[in-house]
Amino acid sequence: MAYSDKVLDHYENPRNVGSLDKNDPQVGTGMVGAPACGDVMKLMIKVNDAGVIEDAKFKTYGCGSAIASSSLVTEWLKGRTIEEAYAIKNSEIAEELALPPVKIHCSVLAEDAIKAAVADIKAKQAAKEAA
Amino acid sequence: MTHVYFDHNATTVLDSQVMQAMLPFMAAQQGNATSRHAYGRTARDAIEQARAQIASAVGAHPSQVVLTSSGTEANNFAINGMTAKQPNTQIAISAIEHPCVMRPAEMLQSHGFKLAKVDVNAQCKLDFENLESVLRNPTSLVSVMLANNETGAIQEIAHVAELAKKNGAYTHTDAVQAFGKIPVNFADLNVNAMTISSHKIHGPLGAGALILDKRVDMTPFMLGGGQEKGLRSGTENVAAIVGFGIASELAVKNLTSHAQKTQQLRTQLEAGLHELGATIFAENTKRLPNTSFFGFNNVEGETLVMALDKKGFAVASGSACSSDSTEPSHVLLAMGIAPDLARGAIRVSLDANNTSEQVNQFLLVLKQVLNQLKQMVAMAA
Amino acid sequence: MDRDPIYLDYSATTPVDPRVAAKMIPYLTEHYGNPASRSHPYGWTAEKAVEEARNEVAKLVNADPREIVWTSGATESNNLAIKGAANFYASTKGKHIITVATEHKAVIDPVRELERQGFSATFLEPEPDGLVSLEKFKAAIRPDTVLASVMLVNNEIGVIQDIESIGNICRENGVIFHVDAAQATGKVHIDLEKLPVDLMSFSAHKTYGPKGIGALYVRRKPRIRIEAQMHGGGHERGMRSGTLATHQIVGMGEAFRIAREEMDVENARIRTLRDRLLAGLQTIEETYVNGDLAHRIPHNLNISFNYVEGESLIMAIKGIAVSSGSACTSASLEPSYVLRALGRSDELAHSSIRFSIGRFTTEADVDYTIALLKEKISKLRELSPLWEMYQDGIDISKVQWAAH
Ligand SMILES: Cc1ncc(COP(=O)(O)O)c(C=O)c1O
Ligand SMILES: Cc1ncc(COP(=O)(O)O)c(C=O)c1O
Ligand code: FES
Repeated sequence: MAYSDKVLDHYENPRNVGSLDKNDPQVGTGMVGAPACGDVMKLMIKVNDAGVIEDAKFKTYGCGSAIASSSLVTEWLKGRTIEEAYAIKNSEIAEELALPPVKIHCSVLAEDAIKAAVADIKAKQAAKEAA
Repeated sequence: MTHVYFDHNATTVLDSQVMQAMLPFMAAQQGNATSRHAYGRTARDAIEQARAQIASAVGAHPSQVVLTSSGTEANNFAINGMTAKQPNTQIAISAIEHPCVMRPAEMLQSHGFKLAKVDVNAQCKLDFENLESVLRNPTSLVSVMLANNETGAIQEIAHVAELAKKNGAYTHTDAVQAFGKIPVNFADLNVNAMTISSHKIHGPLGAGALILDKRVDMTPFMLGGGQEKGLRSGTENVAAIVGFGIASELAVKNLTSHAQKTQQLRTQLEAGLHELGATIFAENTKRLPNTSFFGFNNVEGETLVMALDKKGFAVASGSACSSDSTEPSHVLLAMGIAPDLARGAIRVSLDANNTSEQVNQFLLVLKQVLNQLKQMVAMAA
Repeated sequence: MDRDPIYLDYSATTPVDPRVAAKMIPYLTEHYGNPASRSHPYGWTAEKAVEEARNEVAKLVNADPREIVWTSGATESNNLAIKGAANFYASTKGKHIITVATEHKAVIDPVRELERQGFSATFLEPEPDGLVSLEKFKAAIRPDTVLASVMLVNNEIGVIQDIESIGNICRENGVIFHVDAAQATGKVHIDLEKLPVDLMSFSAHKTYGPKGIGALYVRRKPRIRIEAQMHGGGHERGMRSGTLATHQIVGMGEAFRIAREEMDVENARIRTLRDRLLAGLQTIEETYVNGDLAHRIPHNLNISFNYVEGESLIMAIKGIAVSSGSACTSASLEPSYVLRALGRSDELAHSSIRFSIGRFTTEADVDYTIALLKEKISKLRELSPLWEMYQDGIDISKVQWAAH
């Protein structure tokens, strides 16, 4: 399989690898995929009171395209509001990385991870307000 | 002693350019084309390049080229694969097909298909009236060869395909002998499948192809690793495929000049043969420019071939593809040639490397040999 | 890339030995001729070379040359043996076939095709070590069992089946026994005079010969019959028609001669290398060898690296050429069906690498490989959320994963 230069770059020098404190009320975590499918993506975002993403970290178990997709979105997320983050489409990721058709689902996974992380932070905020 | 090779319809000499292209894939470290590492990709790229060369040489799209190990395999694949999903109706072939079309068709007959062998006339031309009447029965597949390996007779395949289509049958053509000798265009022939082979066009043995219209509901013949999009499993013979690709390209490039050259030699040959009293088969039919099939009354072909061989001339009696049979050629019998004359048949198949001197030499030697044989017959009488 | 990757994929295909190439090349140029052309010396030279090669193939496996039928490769040999014997004997013996779930696709798919044509088949699950249980095999035999097909050496995990015992069971029950030995030649000794095997498939390109040529052994005493699959000029005593590629046959003969003469020395050297590789890789945490280690050719090492994904691992180790799953099957994202049949979890199946060592592998190649794997596994595990969970003591198999 021929990978695009962008995939190779993100794969070889992944950005923002790691974890944030998952118990921090400002941190939202999205974990999607399943080991049995060969891909698991964990995305963590730290959101300030203005609703802007200050930091993003990922860890991914999956193919090169999945690693690149998650690395790329951590770059994109920083500085965006959670609404803007929620609007990111897998097609934008696939296009930026020039993913071939068989690898589109890797970008879908990245979109799912963003949505899951945003949902998690929203749930935390709702819980705080309720408290 | 002279060594003159006049048996180019049996197999051709490997072109040196083709060989040079193959060597890197024979000697150096190489991969399995399904492997995804660099070695595998190199092999894969080479195969795809060859596929494109082959496709372009026969007027097809690369995705229509299914690579096989030989023409024999491609023919067996076509006959079996194009009928497997069809109800057991009829398959129609010409009476002069190569055994690797004839036998698989006969096997299908033993599995419940009806088999119709369409007649040819005394000049080896397909009898279209007979074909039309055969096609009145529901038919799954029609297979007629583009050019015959023995007489060189060329059939109007586009017309066969038209009739077959009108009657809802698939058409296959065996173009093994035609490719490289006359223009062959898959799209123009309008068939659903077409067989070609590498070693008949100065390529290596070990590669052939079925050019296949993707709309055919094809059943694979060789099952396993799923190569060739599942249509033909088995590790690809990269070196042979690379050779086949280059040979295809060269075949098209050299087609006109080679055809002119061999046609000239054959005209010279046949003028001499007439003087010796030979009957030339299918002489008045459109034939491959390089092929001359002829016979003498009361002379055994096999004896003649042996005697010529002792003098350094390699020719064939009937088809060399079928091993040691002394039966008279089924092609000649289908043409209605008397068995006695048929038994004396000899095939000369020329190549552009052959020369006018060789033809002259051959005619001289043939004359001597015939005289000797006649004396022997006279003595025995 | 600065240098060619180190080739550790000898089970996918081997390079042609230079001695083999040297022997083949004259048959491409000087000695052209159709071996079936009986009427002139071009054909005769080719025929003689073909028969010499047949002798060499027969010698490696202690068979009679008349028992060797040329084919275009082990895929064709397997198709011919399985469809040919099943169809020939179906009417007298029955229509049940036994094979193993870990066979090569070139065995599995013809058996599946026969199922579509009205045969029934048992696909035996091997034990977790990859070996076939003789009891289970015996239990699978039915009165209408016509054919069994069990491979000698597995292409993915290299395990060696007890062909002799399985063959004896077949003999006792009148079952025709086919063995796919594509991965075995030159690696294990094969003595067909002693082995109770009726049909055996070979391929040249797994034993330093050319691609596109193989052979099928068809026993003469007692005589085994098969229905030909490729019809035409009646070559190979009617069992397999088609013009033979003389240079490739010559190459296979030479490759098998070299294998016969050198295999003992070569295999000892390869075993040392494999053991060195194994020892090196086992210093990495959470690695699992797939398949039995004792009943295994020395050339193969199949290891799963837990918590890293196979495809990204392959990408990380571009300096070496290996395969994940079987390279004989076309590119797919499916985890290896062979490892799944051993009961490996999907994760472990996904993260498996097959290292296969051969004639031209050096100690330096092995050391480079060990160092590369150590570095890259550790990098990928840094990236892996599963590794993090494992280190936090979370049992991944207990986690509820969202459907994907
Ligand atoms: C008309 C025709 N078809 C098919 C074949 C078989 O081709 P191959 O030798 O590649 O198997 C031959 C030659 O032997 C032939 O002359
Ligand atoms: C065990 C086994 N059988 C059969 C085959 C197919 O052989 P060939 O590549 O010669 O068609 C292979 C490898 O490709 C194999 O490993
Ligand atoms: S994440 Fe499944 S292939 Fe990329």
